[in-house]
Amino acid sequence: MDLRIQDQTATAVEREAVDAVLGPPESGWVGAARTTTDGHFAVGGHAARSERHLLLPVLHAVQARAGWISPGALGYVCRRLTIPPAEAYGVASFYALFAMEPRPPVVAHVCTDIGCMCRGSDELVAELQRTVGPAGEHPGNGHAIWLESPCLGLCERAPAVLVTEAGEDPSERSIAPASADDVAAALAGRVPERMTPEPVAQQGSPDVRLMRRFGVVDPESLDSYRSHGGYEALRRAFALGPAGVIREVSDSRLLGRGGAAFPTGRKWEAVARQPVRPHYLICNADESEPGTFKDRIVFEQDPFSVIEAMTVAALATGCEHGYVYLRGEYPLAWERLVNAVTLARRHGFLGENIMGQGMRFDIELRKGAGAYICGEETALFNSIEGLRGEPRNKPPFPVDSGLFGKPTVINNVETLVNVLDIVLEGGRAFAQRGTEGSTGTRLFCLSGSVERPGLYEVPFGTTLRALLDMAGGVRAGRELRSILLGGAAGAFVGPDMLDLELSFEATREAGVTLGSGVVMVFDETVPLAPVLLRIAAFFRDESCGQCVPCRVGTVRQQEALLRLVSDRPRGSVEDELALLDEIARGMRDASICGLGQTAANAIESALRGLRPFRTEAVS
Amino acid sequence: MFGAGGGTSSYREVEETDMIILWGSNARETHPIFFHHVLKAIHNGARLFVVDPRRTVSAQWADGWLGLDVGTDIALANSVAREIIHAGLHNREFIERATTGFAEYAASVEDWTLERGEAETGVPAAMIRELALTYARADRAILCWTLGITEHHNAADNVFALINLSLLCGHVGRYGSGLNPLRGQNNVQGGGDMGAIPNKLPGFQDIERDAEARERFRQAWGVEIEPKYGWHLTQMFAAMERGDLTAAYVIGENPAQSEADAKHTHELLEGLDCLVVQDIFMTRTAQMADVVLPATASWCEAEGTVTNSERRVQRVRKALEPPEGARDDIEIICDIARRMGHDWNYASVEEVWDELRSLSPIHAGMSYARLDELGGIPWPCTSEDDPGAQFLHARLWENPISGPPAPFFVVEHELPVDRLTDEFPIRLTTGRRLDSYNTGVQSGGYTSPLRRSESLDLSPEDCEQLGVEEGERVQISSRRGTVVAPVRVDPTLRPGLAFMTLHFPDDVQTNVLTIDATDPKSGTAEFKASAIRVEKLPLPQTDAAPGRVALPAR
Amino acid sequence: MSAVPVTLRRTVELEIDGEAVRAREGETILGACRRSGLDIPTLCFGETLTPVNACRVCMVEVEGSRVLVPSCARKVEDGMKVKTASERVRHARKMVLEFLGSSVDLSTTPRADEWMAEYDARPERYGPPAPPAAEGERDRAQAGHHHAGDGQTAATVAQPVKVDNELYVRDYAKCILCYKCVEGCGTDWQNTFAIAVAGRGFETRIATEYAVPLPGSACVYCGNCIAVCPTGALMFKSEHDRRAEGTWDESQQTQTDTICPYCGVGCNLTLHVQDNTIVKVTSPLDHDVTSGNLCVKGRFGFQHVQSRAPKGV
Repeated sequence: MDLRIQDQTATAVEREAVDAVLGPPESGWVGAARTTTDGHFAVGGHAARSERHLLLPVLHAVQARAGWISPGALGYVCRRLTIPPAEAYGVASFYALFAMEPRPPVVAHVCTDIGCMCRGSDELVAELQRTVGPAGEHPGNGHAIWLESPCLGLCERAPAVLVTEAGEDPSERSIAPASADDVAAALAGRVPERMTPEPVAQQGSPDVRLMRRFGVVDPESLDSYRSHGGYEALRRAFALGPAGVIREVSDSRLLGRGGAAFPTGRKWEAVARQPVRPHYLICNADESEPGTFKDRIVFEQDPFSVIEAMTVAALATGCEHGYVYLRGEYPLAWERLVNAVTLARRHGFLGENIMGQGMRFDIELRKGAGAYICGEETALFNSIEGLRGEPRNKPPFPVDSGLFGKPTVINNVETLVNVLDIVLEGGRAFAQRGTEGSTGTRLFCLSGSVERPGLYEVPFGTTLRALLDMAGGVRAGRELRSILLGGAAGAFVGPDMLDLELSFEATREAGVTLGSGVVMVFDETVPLAPVLLRIAAFFRDESCGQCVPCRVGTVRQQEALLRLVSDRPRGSVEDELALLDEIARGMRDASICGLGQTAANAIESALRGLRPFRTEAVS
Repeated sequence: MFGAGGGTSSYREVEETDMIILWGSNARETHPIFFHHVLKAIHNGARLFVVDPRRTVSAQWADGWLGLDVGTDIALANSVAREIIHAGLHNREFIERATTGFAEYAASVEDWTLERGEAETGVPAAMIRELALTYARADRAILCWTLGITEHHNAADNVFALINLSLLCGHVGRYGSGLNPLRGQNNVQGGGDMGAIPNKLPGFQDIERDAEARERFRQAWGVEIEPKYGWHLTQMFAAMERGDLTAAYVIGENPAQSEADAKHTHELLEGLDCLVVQDIFMTRTAQMADVVLPATASWCEAEGTVTNSERRVQRVRKALEPPEGARDDIEIICDIARRMGHDWNYASVEEVWDELRSLSPIHAGMSYARLDELGGIPWPCTSEDDPGAQFLHARLWENPISGPPAPFFVVEHELPVDRLTDEFPIRLTTGRRLDSYNTGVQSGGYTSPLRRSESLDLSPEDCEQLGVEEGERVQISSRRGTVVAPVRVDPTLRPGLAFMTLHFPDDVQTNVLTIDATDPKSGTAEFKASAIRVEKLPLPQTDAAPGRVALPAR
Repeated sequence: MSAVPVTLRRTVELEIDGEAVRAREGETILGACRRSGLDIPTLCFGETLTPVNACRVCMVEVEGSRVLVPSCARKVEDGMKVKTASERVRHARKMVLEFLGSSVDLSTTPRADEWMAEYDARPERYGPPAPPAAEGERDRAQAGHHHAGDGQTAATVAQPVKVDNELYVRDYAKCILCYKCVEGCGTDWQNTFAIAVAGRGFETRIATEYAVPLPGSACVYCGNCIAVCPTGALMFKSEHDRRAEGTWDESQQTQTDTICPYCGVGCNLTLHVQDNTIVKVTSPLDHDVTSGNLCVKGRFGFQHVQSRAPKGV
C-alpha cells in the first residue's frame, strides 16, 4: 500500500514500545536499517495489510510508554502495520484513553458517573479542583493531571479513580474508594498499591453457582482452579461432543446475560452449522454500562472459569481462535486474565491438542481503550480488527458474518460461565433453577445507596426487595427514592416497584429491563436532575458519532435537559418534555445500534415515572 | 499481438482475475483509473506482483515487488519461464494445441537458472520463483506493461519475452487472463487502429501482405495503395540524418522536447527544408516550424473518437468553441487535400467515421448511435448486433484452434546500450509523475498542489555518498550532455539508480541526457536507461568536466 | 470454457406500501422503491459506494422489524412488507432532518429545503445556533470529553472553512458525516486514505492525521471525494470562488461527455461549461471505466484549453 507517512520520526523509546509488541521490523521498507537486498525486492500486499488487528495493542503500548500517541510514533506504527496514517489517527482518536496531544505521564481518571455520584464523587472532584486545580490542567510539576471519567466499573467501592502512569515501567492502578488525598499522592508521583479485591458478600454460600469459587480458589493458580472442580466441565464436554454440548445448552434455555437475552443454544447452533471457516469465538468483557462490574469481579476472582467456558464453547461451535475483549479500565482483572491464559496455554489447556483430545483452540486478549460503544458486538468486532469501534448495520448477523467477516459466536462473560454448570449437570437440571422464561441464576451489581454494595447472585424470579435486603437495604438513615435497573440504558423505577420479580419476562412486562444486571439505588440525598444530566452527558460522550439520530440526538437531549434543570425551558416545561419524547422516538427508531436506540430510556423513564420537573398540569 | 495491436483483456476482467503482474508499469501514477480496477481485484483477493527497478507507489501495493536492474527484463522473464518449465507447471495442453516453437523456446531459456537470473537481474532467486509459481498456478492471470518494457533498445524483444510467459501458462484468450499494454496517451491505441502506423491500413490491415484490403481501399479512395511499409518515427529521424527526409508535417507532437538526445533531435529538425506543425500550442517544435496550422483541441473542441487500452472506441465531443483561427484537424487535412488536387468533402465527422467503418471490418458495427448507447465498444465489432470483443484470442481455446497458432519467440537478454562505467556509474531511468504529463504542454496549464519542479531523484545512500542534501543543485552528465537539477532524496530508489521525468523541459531538459538508441523493430528510444554521473556543485576548479557543454535553456 | 461468466439472479416478490413489487435478488429496498417511482430521500447513499447507512434519512418500516431499517442498505427479501410513509417513518425522517438542519449548514445541499417542508422539520426549535468553533478547535477534541453549554443554544459543527490548497475547499460546517468522501478516498475507489473519520460522538469529524493541511497529507487531488459530497462541504475551489463572487450559475451551464486527453485509460469526462469556459469536470457514475472517478489530471488538467492568450512566443 502506498502510504504517505508524516516526516516526524518516532523516538527510540516509541519504536521500542512498538517493537515489543510486533517484534523487530523485517526489512528496510518497514523500519529496519536499509540493506542491499531491500533494493531488489519487497513482500507485502495482502499479508502486510492483514496485520491491522494489531493496531489496538500497539497503540496501547505507545500510550503506556510515551503517555500520548505522537505523529512520529503513529507513523512508525503505520509503517509496521501497513495502515494509512489518517485511518490510524481516526482509530486512535476514537478512544478516550489515548491522547493525541502531549499529556503528562501520570493521569488520574476520576469517575464522575452516577454510581460514584451516590457515594461522594462530587465532593472528591470539588476537593481536587480546590487542591490540585481544574480537570485537564497541569498542576505545578507538569508530571500529572486528573481527568473526569465515565463509570470505571468499581461502583461497589465508589468513589473510584484509575491512575495510569506512562513510562519505562508503566503502571495502571485502581483506587477505590478514593479520597482526594489518595489522588493527590498519586499525582505527586506515588504509585498506588495494587488493589485487593474484597470478598463477595455471599462468599461460601451454598446458594451461589457462578460465584462458588470466589474467595475460595486462588485466582492466580491453575492447580487451585483444578482442585476446585476446574476443567471437569471441559472433560464432560469432550465426552458429550460438540452436538451434545449444544443440545445441553439448548435444553438449559440459557439466555444471553449481556442485555439482549438471546438464546445461547440457538446462537451456538447457528455458528456450528456454518460451512464457512474459520469460526471465531469472542468473550465480550467490555462491560462499560454505568453501574456494571460483574465481569471485572469474575476475572478478579475466577479467571480460569471463563477460559474453560470459552474452550467448551469453542468445542461446540468449531472455533479454533478466540478473543477476550476486556475493557481497558480493569488493571487487576487484566493481570489475572493474562496470567490465566498464559498458564492454561503452558499446561495444554489452550493451544494444540487440548487435554489430549486433538482439539485446537487458543485465545488472544484485547484491551479496550475507553469506548463504551465497543461493548456493542459489531463495534467490538471492528475494534478488534483495528477499525473504529463503530457498530455495523445488521443484518448480516454475527453468526453469519462477524469478526473478519466470518461466522462468530460472541457471548458475555456471565453467559459463558453458566455453560460450565450446564455441561456438568445437564441442561434440564440447570433449567430447574430460576423461572420458566429465565433459567438459572443471575449476577446483580448492587451499588449506590445500599448498605453493602457488591455483586450478588440470585435465582431469576427473586424480587427486587429480596435482593436489596441481601445487600442490607438502603443505607442507614436514608430513604429510598428510586432504583436504576439495567444501567444507563435501562430504566428508573420507584419504591412502588420493589416487588418486581427479577426475570426477563417480568421485567419485560413491567416495561423495564435487567440489562447488564445493574441495580443502582438512589436516596433522598442524591438529587435526580444531576443524575439525569450525567446520563445524558454519558451518552453524548459515548455515541460513536456514526449515525445522525444518535450523534445529534444525544446532544439535543442533553441540551433540553439542561434547559429543564436550569429552569429556562424554551416554551413550557411540557414543550420540552414533548420535545424530549420526540427526540427519544427518533433515536429509538432510527439509530444504527442499541446505544442510540436506548440512549433515552433511563431519562424517559425518570421523566415519566418520577416527574422531577414541575409542569403546569401538576402545579 | 498475434496480428492486431491491442490489449487482450477488458478492465472488468482485471477486477475479476486472480493475479496481476505490472511489468515496467507504475499504473498507480501513470494510469490511475486503470489502477482502480487493479485495486478492485486486490480487494477481491487477487495477488499483485510488480516488476520495476523502483519501488513505485504501484509496487508498494504488491504482494511481491521484483526490483530488477534496468534493462534486465528478458533475463528475468527467461528465468521465470525456466522455473515454470522445471516445476512442470507449463500448460502442456495449451502449448500443444495453440502454439508453435515451444521446444526451441524451452531450450533457449534452459540456461536461465534462478541463480543466473538473480545474478543478472539483482532480484533474489526466491522472489523470481515466487512470481513464477504464482503466475503458473493462477487460474486467471493478467500481465500488463507500459513504457518500462517498451522504452528500450530491445523493446519488441521485451514484449515477446512477456508474451512467451503467457503462452507458456495459457494465460491469454480466456476470461480474466490476458496481456495488456497500457497505452500512454489517450489515443495511442486509436492512432494504431486508424492506420497511423507505418505498416497497417486502418483496422490493422497489412499494407504489404493484404492485397484484398488494398483493393478495398483503392476502390473507396480512388488511388492505388502502394504495398510498401512507411517509416516509424526513429526511421524518420534516421532518414533526416541521411538527407532522405527533408520535409515533415507534425500533428500534435512535440519532438523537439520529447525525443531522446534532444540536442541531436534539434539539429535534425533545424536541418529540414520544410517543417509544418499542426498543434493547439506554439510548442517548441512549432516555434521551429516554417508553417504553423492552429488546430482545435481534439478532446473538447471537436468531435471524433478515441480508443482506450481495452480497445474500447469512445466518442469525444465538442464542449467548447475553439479560439478564433483554430480549426478542426479534419478541416485542415481536407483543405490540404484539396490544395493537392483531391476534393475531400465530408458533411460531418460522422461521415468520416462511417467511411472508416466501411473499410475496417473490426470497426464495422460501431455506429455513432451505438457508441453513444453503449458507452463505447471494444473492437473487433464486425456488425451492428455485435457487442464487441471483451477479450481477444478466444480462438486459442477452441479445439482445434481456428486461425494460426501463436508462436513462441526466442529472445536473448541484452544490456542497455548506454553502459555503466566508472565515468558514468549511475543508471538514470525516466518516467512520469501523477499530476504531470509528458513534456508538460497540457499539464503545465493547471496548478497542482503535488507539483514540484524537475529533480534528480537519488537514493539516500547515493546522496550521502555525494554529500548532497535535498534540494541541492547538482550537475548531471551523460555521454551526450549535461544538465543541472536539484536533488530529491527518494527512498524508493536503491544505490546506483536515479530517476527523472520529462515534464519540465524548459527548466531541465532531461532528454539532453537520454540516449536515442532505438529498437529496430518498434522504433522506440531507450529513454529508460542512460548512464550518468552526478557531481556536487560547484565543481572543483582544477577538475573540469570532460568537453561537454550544457545545452542553453532556450 | 472461455466464455464470459454469467451471473444468474432470482426474482423476489415483496410488498411496498401495499403494492406488490418484483425485485432482483440482492437489490436494496431503496432500489426497488425507486424503480416503483417512490421518492425516498437519501444523503449518505451513493450508487457507486458501499452503503454506510449513517444518515438514516432513508429509513423505512419493515414488518417484523423492531426498529426502522435503512432502505439503502437492506436487501429485499421474499414476502417482505415495507412501509415508506408511515407515521414512524415520517417522524424518523423529520428528526434526522431537524438534527442535521440544526447542527449543519445545509444551504448547498440539494433538496434540503424541499424535504424540510415535506416532513415538517423545524430545526429552529432547538434554539439559536451556538457560536462557531474556533479554527482547529474541533480537530483537537478529545474523545469522551465535551463542554456542555447551558442548553440555550444548539450545538453545531460550525467552524472556519479550510482553504489550504488551490484545488479544494473543505467547509466542514456543511459536513453531515455521510462517510462518502472517506469511502471514495478509501477502499471503495481511490485507496489513498488521505482522510478518515476521526474523533467520536458529536466531535466526530473528517480529518487527515492530526488535521495536517491537505498538501501535507496523502491527498492526490483526484477530487473523487468532492464528486460524492452530497452537501457541498467539499467543493472545487473554482466553484467555491465563483459562488462567492456570484458568478456560479448552473442554469447557464452545459454538460458534455468526452474522453480525457491524458493517458490511455479512456476515462469519460463530463465537462460543465459556462460562458465557453470549463467550470467543473465530473465523470458519469454509470460508465464502467471510471464509475465516476478521475485522477488529478482528468479532474483539473483542462486549463490548457482555456488560456486563450498565445503562449510561449
